[in-house]
Amino acid sequence: MPELLDIAKRIAAQARDGEQIEAYVSWNRETEIRAYEGEVESLSSAESSGVGIRVIQGNRQGFAYVGDLDERHAHEALEEARDNAKFASIDEHAGLAEPDGVAVKELELWNDDLAGFANADKIALAIELERQVRAGDARIRQVVSADYGDSSGESAIASSKGIAVSSRETTCFISADVVAGAGDDTQTGSGYSVGRGSRDVDVSKAAGDAIERATRLLGATKPAGGRLTAVFDPRITATLLSILAGTLSGEEVARGRSLFAGRIGEEVATAIFSLVDDPTDIRAFGASAVDSEGLACRRNVLIEAGRLSKYLYDSYSSRVAGAVSTGSAVRGGYKSIPGVGARALALEPGELNQKEIVAAVGDGLLIQGISGVHSGVNRVSGDFSVGAEGVMIRNGQLAEPVREITIASTIQKILQNVLYIGNDVEWLPSSASGVSLAIGDIAMSGA
Amino acid sequence: MNDLEDVLIDKAEIEQAIHEALLHGGEFAEVFVEDKRTTGISLDDRRVEELATGRDRGAGIRVVVGDTTGFAHTADITGAGLVAAATAAASIAKRGGGGVREVELVQQHYPSHGIVEIYPESIAKATKVTLLERADDAARSVNGAIRQVSAGYGDSRRRFVVANSDGVYADDDQVRTRLFVMCVAAGDSGMQTGYESIAYTVGYELFDRISAEETATKAANRAIAKLAARPAPSGVLPVVLKSGTGGILFHEACGHGLEADHIVKDASVYANRIGELVASPSVTLVDDGTVSDKWGTSTIDDEGYQTQRNVLIERGVLTDYMWDLLRSRKEGRASSGNGRRQSYQHLPMVRMTNTYLMPGGDDPDEIVAQTQNGVYVAQLGGGQVNTATGDFVFGMTEAYLIEDGKITEPIRDANLIGNGPDVLQKIDAVGSDFDMSPGTCGKDGQSVPVGCGQPTLRISGVTVGGTAGA
Repeated sequence: MPELLDIAKRIAAQARDGEQIEAYVSWNRETEIRAYEGEVESLSSAESSGVGIRVIQGNRQGFAYVGDLDERHAHEALEEARDNAKFASIDEHAGLAEPDGVAVKELELWNDDLAGFANADKIALAIELERQVRAGDARIRQVVSADYGDSSGESAIASSKGIAVSSRETTCFISADVVAGAGDDTQTGSGYSVGRGSRDVDVSKAAGDAIERATRLLGATKPAGGRLTAVFDPRITATLLSILAGTLSGEEVARGRSLFAGRIGEEVATAIFSLVDDPTDIRAFGASAVDSEGLACRRNVLIEAGRLSKYLYDSYSSRVAGAVSTGSAVRGGYKSIPGVGARALALEPGELNQKEIVAAVGDGLLIQGISGVHSGVNRVSGDFSVGAEGVMIRNGQLAEPVREITIASTIQKILQNVLYIGNDVEWLPSSASGVSLAIGDIAMSGA
Repeated sequence: MNDLEDVLIDKAEIEQAIHEALLHGGEFAEVFVEDKRTTGISLDDRRVEELATGRDRGAGIRVVVGDTTGFAHTADITGAGLVAAATAAASIAKRGGGGVREVELVQQHYPSHGIVEIYPESIAKATKVTLLERADDAARSVNGAIRQVSAGYGDSRRRFVVANSDGVYADDDQVRTRLFVMCVAAGDSGMQTGYESIAYTVGYELFDRISAEETATKAANRAIAKLAARPAPSGVLPVVLKSGTGGILFHEACGHGLEADHIVKDASVYANRIGELVASPSVTLVDDGTVSDKWGTSTIDDEGYQTQRNVLIERGVLTDYMWDLLRSRKEGRASSGNGRRQSYQHLPMVRMTNTYLMPGGDDPDEIVAQTQNGVYVAQLGGGQVNTATGDFVFGMTEAYLIEDGKITEPIRDANLIGNGPDVLQKIDAVGSDFDMSPGTCGKDGQSVPVGCGQPTLRISGVTVGGTAGA
């Protein structure tokens, strides 16, 4: 494979007077295996790569990409990007990231073992996962998918501003989607385990989670509506944190699309609520040494003891706001330009585990799954209304399962009504980690 | 752009790759070669933020042995690149012994379901930019309350050739064009958003049929209407879906459960229920990839089979599922033309095309008039469904209260939550009107364009997750 950084540098070096060029070059090798009834249903093994080029000319930005590493194609993309720049509006803030002197931390996100992990062993993991799920509980009726996947990826960014960085990482995951049944009732659940290498994934945890989540909802009914305290499972909390990060994006704030615009320094949450985005924490799935413009990733405290302290910025949004980049540029691969995003959100953990929180809450609802987040949460007004399923909490104990309910509040109220934060931190395959979270005064609509 | 008119790859090279795959153990082999170009322009806050163009070329090779599929893809679409990928895919699937088999590829030509009049690549970039500026102007001129407008334009041209060891050999040239406008209106009660999009499997002539101004005006009016919106009610209520707005609900909550991959794994509420009454007798559900110009329309699917009109539920009775090549081969039946993939980097699977409920006999106005109290949904947003249980959640992005048989006040965005099979039973009025809307369907990490449609109809009871009193 050619050196990605060399390709990126050669493209960036073609910048003419008054022109800025940034090349993002990526390469990725993936394996995906699905097991079914003790056999391999499918195995995909593939490499993909591409180049995305940004050109800034006279405060106008153009972008083009090509889905391979052929430098003739990259040259065509450069010419396209130059042409595209002519049609963008003049924007005084347009431009690439300026090196800011923040040192890039050395993070070990690459596991060499993965390269030597044979397909036969990967297949064995997927098949074992399926076997454990099927054998784990008589109520498991079907394993919709039992998958193994891994990915080894490298990327490089070079620009005419003097950025020249490369990074690489491996990930490895197993996941199962199952259907459990009892009589006429069927429920689904999923479980997974992720890591940097094959030894990090835990088959029994993934199988156990999938079984527990599917079976504990069997017999679920639609309860009567009311107002209650909800305990968010760590996965649900992670979703909530991702929503919050969206509202704390400097880009959305600048455009007036955030309920937190203009509220730095205000008390937006209860005092136990502290939210950090730290991509340099290697426990995080989204950990990264550099952001998608080549600046060092760094620890950003967004909410400190309930007080809003910072927004996330990439270089563009920081110029618009008159701030500095927080190293929070993210991109969806070579086909897109960078935008603002969190990578490794985490709440300051509390003292209690989930069981203790359930006991402390006394009466309420443990929420295991939510749906409709995209449509049910308004980041401008803060309206929050999502579908949910879970288990009622009665007398400090988990009681009967419930489904087909909606829970509603507003983001503002949710943050002000945080009662307990758990100590059960889970690092999830997402831009946020999770922890159990108890929220008071949630409206539940049911039968 | 002349290279787009060239042959993507020689027939002999495809034959060679299939030959190699079979030689290395495949019982079935397929080559899919694709060249896709896209243009995307975004305008925000009166500024053209981005004009992006891109091109992806590559080939995906699938080899099947027994119940195992091996898949490899490559960006190298030379003969040598294809052979290397074919060998890799075959080695993945390898079990039994290989063999030499003669495969005769006969090119299939199928009639297209629409003629592209103006290829988007023939339109200057500056013209496309002007289109967005016109949309922006139109939205702002609706009302001073419109504070922000963002608009996006996109076109794509996707050419592919697909051939397999059954002798299938077909190609397609798919042109899609779309425009969306999103407005933010500010009022005393805060800000509200309004969204409208048009998306068709046509060229730039789209804008001769539906103007950018018309699209923008709809989005702006939607945002303004919502300024007066009050919190949505919460609880189980009758819901009337305006024609063309709720098709996504049936796509998500019923359509996915009728995809053969879920059926053969018995992971659908509709498995083993052919011939049973699964819906109200007023419900006829169709998936149809042949509807002229619609977003989910194509001449052939991504496995080289002609798309067709498939009746899934007829007068409430389950009649058939949707099939791709692998699942239909196993069942000894024909593919229904529902094998689709996002790109050459993805394995095909069973996907919907344009899915819709057929019109009935009720007067749409009467349906509202005969609803005592409920919710009238004029636009549904995105949703989510659990295929195994049919449980769904959808966002209402434009909705009104129905009080004493009249559409009255607008309500704020909220979710509808329910169960697909249950909702199909609860449809108690089906209008004589009909409309469709475009969408993007995600499944197993792959996105494909789809169309959804339905007449005005009423569901006797569904949970509205409003925030009134929250």
